Amino acid sequence: MPQKITAIESRLVRLPVADVDTDQIIPARYLKVTSKDGLRECLFADWRQDPDFVLNRPEAEGAHVLVAGDNFGCGSSREHAPWALVSWGFRAVVSTSFADIFRNNALKNGLLPVVAPEDAHRELMESDRAATVTIDLRSQTLTTPSGRLVEFPVDSFARHCLLEGIDELGYLLSFEERIEAHEEARS
Amino acid sequence: MTTPRTLFDKVWDAHVVAEEPERPAVLYVDLHLVHEVTSPQAFSGLRARGLGVRRPDLTLATMDHSTPTVKRSLQMADPEAQAQLRTLIDNCHEFRIPLYEVGSDRNGIVHVIGPELGRTQPGMTIVCGDSHTSTHGAFGALAFGIGTSEVEHVLATQCLLQRKPKSYEVRFDGRPGPGVTAKDLILALIAKIGTGGGTGHVMEYTGEAVRALDMEGRMTVCNMSIEAGARAGMIAPDDTTYQYLAGREFAPEGRELEVAMAHWRQLPTDEGASYDRTVTVDVGAVEPMITWGTNPGMGIPITAPVPEAPNGAYDKALSYMQLESGKPLLGKEVDVVFVGSCTNSRIGDLRMAASVLRGRKVKDGVRMLVVPGSHHIKKEAEAEGLHEVFLAAGAEWREPGCSMCIAMNGDQLSPGQVAVSTSNRNFEGRQGKGGRTFLASPLTAAACAVTGEVTDPRTLEVR
Repeated sequence: MPQKITAIESRLVRLPVADVDTDQIIPARYLKVTSKDGLRECLFADWRQDPDFVLNRPEAEGAHVLVAGDNFGCGSSREHAPWALVSWGFRAVVSTSFADIFRNNALKNGLLPVVAPEDAHRELMESDRAATVTIDLRSQTLTTPSGRLVEFPVDSFARHCLLEGIDELGYLLSFEERIEAHEEARS
Repeated sequence: MTTPRTLFDKVWDAHVVAEEPERPAVLYVDLHLVHEVTSPQAFSGLRARGLGVRRPDLTLATMDHSTPTVKRSLQMADPEAQAQLRTLIDNCHEFRIPLYEVGSDRNGIVHVIGPELGRTQPGMTIVCGDSHTSTHGAFGALAFGIGTSEVEHVLATQCLLQRKPKSYEVRFDGRPGPGVTAKDLILALIAKIGTGGGTGHVMEYTGEAVRALDMEGRMTVCNMSIEAGARAGMIAPDDTTYQYLAGREFAPEGRELEVAMAHWRQLPTDEGASYDRTVTVDVGAVEPMITWGTNPGMGIPITAPVPEAPNGAYDKALSYMQLESGKPLLGKEVDVVFVGSCTNSRIGDLRMAASVLRGRKVKDGVRMLVVPGSHHIKKEAEAEGLHEVFLAAGAEWREPGCSMCIAMNGDQLSPGQVAVSTSNRNFEGRQGKGGRTFLASPLTAAACAVTGEVTDPRTLEVR
């Protein structure tokens, strides 16, 4: 069951790279696992070899919001990507767009994909290290370090599930009779 | 009069179980494909809730990602992979899901065996915890990759919660020139619209060049829909589709086939139906394609120089690939050539590679791996003597699996090595940490193996 989300106030980890694919978020050699646990150390494992990589800098410690370039999470459908991001401590990723499967997977794990307008996104990317953002899911707004309030879109059902801590499978199971009727009509 | 509908609309509409206001549709799944990597946590979830698998008969499991492409694969896997493979065996046994494990005649890459066994059929909804599920769209199915949470949803309910994506017509007009294959068409499209160009959309591939493709070529095209960011790719079924399906193990026969055919023939997009977006590719102008960078959108005609971006957008990719803008890729030295993966490991792909290698040798110092997509394909290739062509040329002829496409089964590049690969992803480290990948067709890959450098396949006579 994903963690409920209402509001997040955090410093930022800035990754000014477009088209970050899920192979970078977690390389395939770490996918030989059978549980969701212990993926923290696999997050961006190859890029973290560089001592200057953003996750290796002191300001990354305790930050819950990742800001990355356009088309974040493209490529493989591995849900290990949001699992690894969440186990690191991230609760939201801000970008100008997300790949479809990653967005779906993130929302199912209490990781909020926030699509910000380009100028607000640029402000976050260029803000200083101590800057913080506030992301409020209820009002679907992000407050930039300069205090600007921008709205972001979220699927209404995903939002409902995240705010209420509702589990999608439970909702699906409530359709049992109609699923049966569908199966009968088709057979 | 009814509103004209697209192929995608028709398949979508037929599978909506329920659609409450403001809620995503409950979409029924006709076939759920399962593999070892993205399923263990889903089965654990079922167990934790005390749920069963609703339709094991509509579920099919295989092992492909973490299986070494050698004999006695299960025993040869590393301990972590072995544990994962054993978990799949246990899960399939407990939940009574048919599993084609390594060693089985029906084993192979998940997106190769579904069509090959006749399980993939027109008009179906097909999902799998794997982004290349888009492959099955070649049959006029709506097929897409899902995450592990959704795998659990489908196991438990045979349904998914989905918002309907938009539609995107991709027209391939005209006829391809020599040396231009299905792989070149899809690489040309992705180079044109970018790796996020199809996000939020289901593509339908139309046009003369798509009609002219055989099923294997169509699968290659649909396979890489996800590399353009699309949710799925589809091609309307036609006689090529029906001929491919005829006689396959799980394909309908007799009276059942007549009923199915009547349905399948209704699937193609109606005259006058509209798409949310359309793009046209002039196939006559497409050359053999190759990628130079670190995502599949970074593709160029093989004779073109490495491109320049005024704003430094390519700097990271150029630095990783150790390439310079403005310089040709032709002539670049190659360490490894990989022919395989769910994109290009079918019999036609192997025949293409063999047509170049026949009577030639893989260049000294180059390692070439040829990895059939399934046991069935391996047997078929051996019956034709293709393996002898590969072995005589000095290539490795391996057991089926995902192999060097994903670098989690022992087949991988060493840091710094350069590969020409028929797979689908050139992301940093995709084929092994520090490895560098040029994506290309089986023809181009084989030509590069012969010369040991990036080579235009049109310069080598086909034998």
